[in-house]
Amino acid sequence: MSLTFLFFGILAVLAIATAVICVSNKNPVVSAMALVAHFFMLAGLYLTLQAQFIAILQILIYAGAIMVLVIFVIMLLNLGDEEKLREKTKYRKILASLLGIGFIAMLCSVYLGGGLGNKATSPMAITIGAPAALGKELFTNYLFAFEAIALLLLTAIIGAVVLAKRKVD
Amino acid sequence: MLEAYFPLIIMVVFGFAVAFIFMLLSQWLGARRGTKEKQTVYESGMVPYGNARERFSVKFYLVAVSFIVFDIEVVFLYPWAIQFKELGIVPFIAVLIFIAILFIGYFYEYKKGGLKWD
Amino acid sequence: MNDLLLTIIEVLIKGMVLVTFILLGAAVQVYLERKISAFIQGRIGPNRAGPFGLLQPFADVIKLFMKEDIFPKLAFKRFHQFAPVISMGIAIVVYAVIPFADPVKITMADGTVKEIVMGVAPNLNIGILFILAMTSVGVYGLTLAGWSSNSKYSLLGGLRSAAQMISYELSMGLAIIGVLMICGSFSLSDIVTHQKGWFWHWNIFAQPLAFIIFMVSSFAEMNRTPFDLPEAEPELVGGYNTEYSGMKFGMFFLAEYSNMATGSILLILLFFGGWHLPFPQEWLGLQTGSIALGIVQLAVFLFKLLAVIFFIIWVRWTVPRFRYDQLMHMGWRMLLPLALLNIAVTGIILFII
Repeated sequence: MSLTFLFFGILAVLAIATAVICVSNKNPVVSAMALVAHFFMLAGLYLTLQAQFIAILQILIYAGAIMVLVIFVIMLLNLGDEEKLREKTKYRKILASLLGIGFIAMLCSVYLGGGLGNKATSPMAITIGAPAALGKELFTNYLFAFEAIALLLLTAIIGAVVLAKRKVD
Repeated sequence: MLEAYFPLIIMVVFGFAVAFIFMLLSQWLGARRGTKEKQTVYESGMVPYGNARERFSVKFYLVAVSFIVFDIEVVFLYPWAIQFKELGIVPFIAVLIFIAILFIGYFYEYKKGGLKWD
Repeated sequence: MNDLLLTIIEVLIKGMVLVTFILLGAAVQVYLERKISAFIQGRIGPNRAGPFGLLQPFADVIKLFMKEDIFPKLAFKRFHQFAPVISMGIAIVVYAVIPFADPVKITMADGTVKEIVMGVAPNLNIGILFILAMTSVGVYGLTLAGWSSNSKYSLLGGLRSAAQMISYELSMGLAIIGVLMICGSFSLSDIVTHQKGWFWHWNIFAQPLAFIIFMVSSFAEMNRTPFDLPEAEPELVGGYNTEYSGMKFGMFFLAEYSNMATGSILLILLFFGGWHLPFPQEWLGLQTGSIALGIVQLAVFLFKLLAVIFFIIWVRWTVPRFRYDQLMHMGWRMLLPLALLNIAVTGIILFII
């Protein structure tokens, strides 16, 4: 148990650090790479939660596929001069900090209210993280959701083709 | 469960540490006599022209988007594949429908020339 | 906590053995490549350093370490330094989930039997997914190398490699599904155990189409000819590593050869029965878990590895390089639908029999 806690501590600190770099750095490529590092830390955090399959998917999908697209887009747009990208309006910054403070307050209230921490892990939570158990659940109880995802992905393909293949006159 | 993953995590740290040491070694051991000409990039012996980080074709972007979509498809098939024998015929048909729906998207992209590289 | 320390020491020892294996393996591969290419082209090949030029790879490595480490002036220095670390780090980390033989049982001095796993963590139930995830992250090493150098050739090489690798990752992932359906586990040791006995239990006979798709895709993932477009010398000078010198170039080189070994190992584990002999290993009369059996299995594994590596080198010096559009067509228009078809056909056949 202490080992898990140690891991959680290290990973949480690193995750916050990489997230801060991602938000604060001026160079978009540095931000993107910090986000990739952050996803690795998240994968580690999933491991401490017994969710092994989700952990590996976090790397496979987010770090390996989606961030590749983000890197491509950053290079594609070639955002050379970041001065042009500077936010002109202040209200977004204010709104973002308000939301951030609200989120931290919410976390604190949950933690102080005893909602976290002392609960024993249910035996279900330990087994469900394994890929086989997840597959059984997904393909018996959530079959309809699985098919609906196919339609969602279909719209994604069509949208991408329509956007990228548009004739530019 | 985490205990089983402990060697993996140590190995990840170890592997990157070894690579990092190699990088440091190459910087320490190598000679350092940088001259102006040496530090220009290679461009077939010409003086480099303009910035290399130009905009590039939208085709790469389309490849990356299609990759994400199909990669998610593959990932959904993994937990089914290892449970194939236990799950039986109904999930198999569901998977066939899943593949068929995504194949419509694939076919659309194919016909629109999205997979053509010219 | 004592157990924890023991685990750390065990993993570090295994990690060092693996790194030595990777470095020596790269040396052997480079030597083989140069000798075989020389043989195919009617030359002699390296013959000055040591007997038969055997010390040539070591001379190369020492030379690379001593070479000057050049930064292009306009490069993004941090990433320029860090890109080879990503490439090589991932090339090493991938070995964590690879098993090399069945577990060996050793009787300790106090009579307790300790089971030693031949690999760092081969029994994880996400084994092969870990390798796939790591290769998909490996794209960043090449892309960042290309982008940070601020050279046109490098950038083109980096982009090409990223697009190529993600395209072929798909068909690779889909080809594996056929094998997973038969073996029913992500763990590489389970997949190998499933193929023991006579050689017709090997997955290549159950999944010939998946084997071909996987082999072609892994050639593309390894950036080997006929798919070595990221570094196509005639057009891109050297691709993503144009602006690298010294051991940083060497690290990319090393990562490439290490990936070649990983790809071959995956081919063997998934399709050629891993460390199993082509006949039931009970015939040898060796006890399961004995050290002798472990050595035999390691030898079989190495033999198969060398055979596959020989094949890969042979292909490089025989087949010309693809054009980039042909490469993308093959990945997206041929291998992807074929791999999907393979899944459907495998499912139907498994239900009939």
